[in-house]
Amino acid sequence: MTKEQRYEKLKEIIKIYLPEDVLIKDVNLDSHFINELNINSANLVDIILDVEDVFGITLENEDMDKMQTVQDALMIIDKKLAAS
Amino acid sequence: MNYKDILSKLPYTRPFLFVDTLLHLDEEGVKGQFTFLDTCDFYKGHFKGNPITPGVILTECCAQIGMVCLGIYLLDKTGTIATDRLKLGMSSAQMEFFLPVYPNETVTVSSKKEYFRFNKLKCAVKMHNEKGKLICKGTLSGMLKIDSDG
Repeated sequence: MTKEQRYEKLKEIIKIYLPEDVLIKDVNLDSHFINELNINSANLVDIILDVEDVFGITLENEDMDKMQTVQDALMIIDKKLAAS
Repeated sequence: MNYKDILSKLPYTRPFLFVDTLLHLDEEGVKGQFTFLDTCDFYKGHFKGNPITPGVILTECCAQIGMVCLGIYLLDKTGTIATDRLKLGMSSAQMEFFLPVYPNETVTVSSKKEYFRFNKLKCAVKMHNEKGKLICKGTLSGMLKIDSDG
């Protein structure tokens, strides 16, 4: 899987949890999940659980704390995939 | 931790406490009861001259027994905690209602954990009446954590 493919897969997951007033085309690498995309902390957990399923990885509490932006999420996914 | 300890750690009091007793509690789920006494204030207005327990109150009862009691138990198993710093909030509720609950009825709520990860607890809940008939069922989620500051 290339970096672009991982980004696209992540966006497919995020799309499910976006509030109605945020469009997937507005999502970019710097988007902050809670402050900009208006995703609440409960939905952020759902995104993480979906990420685990889709990428076949396991995330820890500290990973969630670090996951503020889309870029952060991609970095964590890359790191976990590299370690697996 | 026994059932009484859990009840003493609940962050509610009357008139918004909707747990009387816990019948069973383990890592996978919980069962508890509450009696809606006819003295509850909301019966004066729901409905005029025809008191029936509001669905939001039934949902709250399911959440307090099915999610908060279970959540306190699960949190306390994961470490030493001071539950007076418990922070919680309901994040989603999807409920279906089948039967009304009249004043002085006792309901039994049973809840099954779907997952508790990253401070989010998701549960499948059911409420039955004294005849064992299903009153309502649904899925509830909430965020529960112990505030580590201060």
